[in-house]
Amino acid sequence: MTQAKANTLTIHTPEGVAFSFQLSGPIIRFLAWQIDLFAIAVISISVMTLLRLISIFSVDLAWAVTGIAFFVISIGYGIAMEWYWRGQTIGKRLFHLRVMDAQALRLQFSQIVIRNLLRFIDSLPIFYLVGGLACLITRHAQRLGDLASNTVVVWTPPIPEPHLDQLLKDKYNSFHDFPRLEARLRQRTSPQEAGVALQALLRRDKLDPQARVDLFEDIASHFRALVEFPQEAVHGISDEQYVRNIVDVLYRSST
Amino acid sequence: MIIDLKKFVGEERGYWTELEGILDSLDNDPEQDMALAEVKRFHYLYQRASTDLARIMTFSSEPETRKYLESLVGRAYGEIHEAREKPHRFTPIHWFFHTFPSAFRRHIRAFCLSLAIMVVGCLFGGGAVTFDPEARDHLMPFSHLKIDPSERVRQEESVEMDQLKGSKTSFSSVLMTHNTKVSILAMALGMTWGIGTVILLFGNGVMLGSVAFDYVLAGETEFLLGWLLPHGAIEIPAILLAGQAGLVLAGALIGWGESTPLSVRLRAVSRDLVTLIFGVAIMLVWAGLVEAFFSQYHEPVLPYELKIGFGVVEMIALTLFLGKSGKTKADKKGEVSTAPGLRSQFQAQTEGFSS
Repeated sequence: MTQAKANTLTIHTPEGVAFSFQLSGPIIRFLAWQIDLFAIAVISISVMTLLRLISIFSVDLAWAVTGIAFFVISIGYGIAMEWYWRGQTIGKRLFHLRVMDAQALRLQFSQIVIRNLLRFIDSLPIFYLVGGLACLITRHAQRLGDLASNTVVVWTPPIPEPHLDQLLKDKYNSFHDFPRLEARLRQRTSPQEAGVALQALLRRDKLDPQARVDLFEDIASHFRALVEFPQEAVHGISDEQYVRNIVDVLYRSST
Repeated sequence: MIIDLKKFVGEERGYWTELEGILDSLDNDPEQDMALAEVKRFHYLYQRASTDLARIMTFSSEPETRKYLESLVGRAYGEIHEAREKPHRFTPIHWFFHTFPSAFRRHIRAFCLSLAIMVVGCLFGGGAVTFDPEARDHLMPFSHLKIDPSERVRQEESVEMDQLKGSKTSFSSVLMTHNTKVSILAMALGMTWGIGTVILLFGNGVMLGSVAFDYVLAGETEFLLGWLLPHGAIEIPAILLAGQAGLVLAGALIGWGESTPLSVRLRAVSRDLVTLIFGVAIMLVWAGLVEAFFSQYHEPVLPYELKIGFGVVEMIALTLFLGKSGKTKADKKGEVSTAPGLRSQFQAQTEGFSS
């Protein structure tokens, strides 16, 4: 069962687990296709240069073979790459995009062929206008080829690991004296809440002093409401230090 | 609730690695048959990983583990819940003599509709050149067809030099690629609810009809048949098959009288669409070779009887091939065979085991 939520595709499995994919928009897909067009041009020129050697034997045959080779490369590039790289081409790899089945099932060869052959109408009249418009108006940002083949293109950006050691240094964390409360904090904190606290620390130098004080006060009071540490653990520490301790517990202590 | 995350990850990691190993092995060899015990173990590991993911979802401190588990469960989900037939090792001979004609026969009504549209186009084109001679210049697809048919026949039959000498192979490649592009377009236009496919088929019918009627009215029927039949016997049916694919796609898109969701309908026809369009491409390769190397030579170089006979033989062979090749007893009874996915394979094996 699938559900659409903004630009996200969420898959709910019968086992009661849900996982989401970020759908890619038309602009980033268009840029990826430009890279692929360049790749097609490079491959075509290389292959055709080699095939021209046939003209030593027959110019007619050389023209025929190069004509067919260009046709096969231009149509077969997307099919071959997406099949071999499981839904990715060179352009899609560079932009962290991936074609996948709309129900998160195994991507089939027939799906890849159909979505690539339907580029013929998605690219009409110029610059993928039909496909781009379809992407904008369909629920799962699908061009016509995706609709026909039941596929979506998802964006899977790499999540860089923050340099926690530099950020937190090796300061004493009074919360470590209360492992049960730390465990409760980890259990009660959602990934989004943890992300907010981490981002606030990572971007602290970009904030005005007053804004920084206000922000860490809000975040600290939010976490205080989740788990209340005893007075001896929080005595004399600022809101910012409180948030540092929280991030230290959430991101570093368990690894 | 997870109290001791380190312990949890430590205990479960072995199961995750085992599941990952099975998934890798399925990726590397999609055709492998799993024994009942292996399928059961796979299913157990998938459920265990799903449970682990559900537990760790609420846990903020392990984003990497969550990402890893999401990917693992996502991959296993695709394998476990996939109900479509697993891809077989591709055997070109079996595909050509069994899969392709079977796909054609499964959608014979779409082919009949495609044929009917082109015939209507032919009649329209024929009627136009018969009753409105001024329309002729607008309907003829190529400049060399705009001259009087009898004059063209005289020119062709008096040619002493081989006009295509040194360019036959490249000419055939141009024909192959151009016609294949048109065929792909005919199929792709099915996404316009079939309107584009119908227009394309009708337009091709108009061109064909206007040329055919023009030559028949001028008394050049023998030349016409000798010129068009050798390659047209394959090329025209190929365009009709491409139109058939477009109409099948349109049918799935529209879903007349069907209660199944759009995605299910499209999924059901996707493999047949690909089969049909690859079959069409092969037919057009043959048609391109015949048109460049055979069709363009007329009497006295090649007798028309030979060319017409060749075309008729091709047409009969194609009809027999598409109508009979690869027909099984199940096809004759009108049954549709479905191959089980992993889940149904698992269920079938479990039921068989328990009974």
